[in-house]
Amino acid sequence: MNSIDEMVELRHLQTLEGHTDRVWGLAWNPTNTNLLASCSGDKTVRIWEQSSSASFHCKAVLEETHTRTIRSCAWSPSGKMLATASFDATTAIWEDIGGDFECISTLEGHENEVKSVSWNASGSLIATCGRDKSVWIWEVEPGNEFECVSVLQGHTQDVKMVQWHPSMDVLFSCGYDNSIKIWAEDGDDDWHCVQTLNEASSGHTSTVWALSFNASGDKMVTCSDDLTIKIWGTDNLHGQSNEGFAPWKHLCTMSGYHDRTIFSVHWSRDGVIATGAADDAIRLFVENDDGQVDGPMYKLLSKKEKAHEMDLNSIQWSPSEKPLLASASDDGTIRIWECASTS
Amino acid sequence: MVSGLINANPTVYEKKERRIRDHPSDPTDEYAVEPIDDLEIFDHIRDIKDPEHPYSLEELKVLTEESVELDDKRGHVRVTFTPTVEHCSMATVIGLCLRVKLMRSLPSRYKVDIRVAPGTHATEAAVNKQLNDKERVAAALENPNLVDMVDECLAPSYA
Repeated sequence: MNSIDEMVELRHLQTLEGHTDRVWGLAWNPTNTNLLASCSGDKTVRIWEQSSSASFHCKAVLEETHTRTIRSCAWSPSGKMLATASFDATTAIWEDIGGDFECISTLEGHENEVKSVSWNASGSLIATCGRDKSVWIWEVEPGNEFECVSVLQGHTQDVKMVQWHPSMDVLFSCGYDNSIKIWAEDGDDDWHCVQTLNEASSGHTSTVWALSFNASGDKMVTCSDDLTIKIWGTDNLHGQSNEGFAPWKHLCTMSGYHDRTIFSVHWSRDGVIATGAADDAIRLFVENDDGQVDGPMYKLLSKKEKAHEMDLNSIQWSPSEKPLLASASDDGTIRIWECASTS
Repeated sequence: MVSGLINANPTVYEKKERRIRDHPSDPTDEYAVEPIDDLEIFDHIRDIKDPEHPYSLEELKVLTEESVELDDKRGHVRVTFTPTVEHCSMATVIGLCLRVKLMRSLPSRYKVDIRVAPGTHATEAAVNKQLNDKERVAAALENPNLVDMVDECLAPSYA
């Protein structure tokens, strides 16, 4: 009996107000799970802290660095640094110095809007992507130096998101050209596209907005403007990098659940997939244990209508033991939800 | 743009008369939800100026009353416009003007989709995709030159 395979609902715990424009991105701190970062069209980042009374308050506002929309943010695995990607063509690196956040470096190189940033599992590499159709890989060096080690061309349109694999140094990117590309190093410090998942591989038929991995890293979920989410899998996880690449393949497509663009998808450590979409709703999906003759099937576990007043742009599960979910919206707010059993 | 107008000689049509709207709801109840109809939405956008001519989108029949489809209950609005020529490079600017005007005029609960009329533009799918990618729209609206252009087109629609 799967413990999450019962009736669940999302209970609204708190609405975080403060941003003065749409909120685009969210990131829970991986080591201090009481911290949540949010970034916005108001050109600021806000750091929210959960106090002992369980409610969140704004601990810091990071401003006067980016001059345009901040599209996404990501904590380093140590939880000490925050990277922020902006339409101003730069990626800023902030360090938590005794509770104060200081901008310690700015990564410049993209021609225009940077749309996403991601740290690899060890914190030694950063990836960025943007409207210039390129994906950049940066090496983190001692003394707060960040050096570009590769500029990857391959996407034919703007790249919406980059995400490192949770345990391997393999990079995934997706975007406006409807494809997902997988990038790996050849052992000679050269990065190459090792696989493209597109319409020919049962992929998406419109912009791919986001992707997320399950806890073990052998499955990936992607969401799209084509109103579907897709699950992809790989057989041999450890054949990912040097000793031959194990390709990813399409496992299943969930269609008919969403009726507007799905902007965000996130897989929890307990196996629950959450989506945030332009229909203002949050949906939770879980693997269906019954009758898996033709591979895995997923079912809708719960749906929260009108989770926000406007489009949802980001949805993120807390990395802590607590079943907390944060959502960010065009309505300028962040909402904190608890995933609770109704039985 | 002094040289090379996309459409040098557009056909100009007469504007339709504006209808007088009756207000059935109780004027003393300021919290009453006033239903919006498609003609009201048309009124918000009919006077937007064409990016390259001194005529309104209505006068060029880029928009007609039939351009607006509204599902008020679900809060969905769809505007379908007809570029004056089928390779019109101004189509994305017109679409951006429509989106900005409706963003400013309608309550935020409305979901707006904008598209060119089927078969009226050479790169119809590409134009529609770009107009409905809100991240690209957000980036465009941080471009001061583009915002100036949009504001100039929108000015007559506020009169």
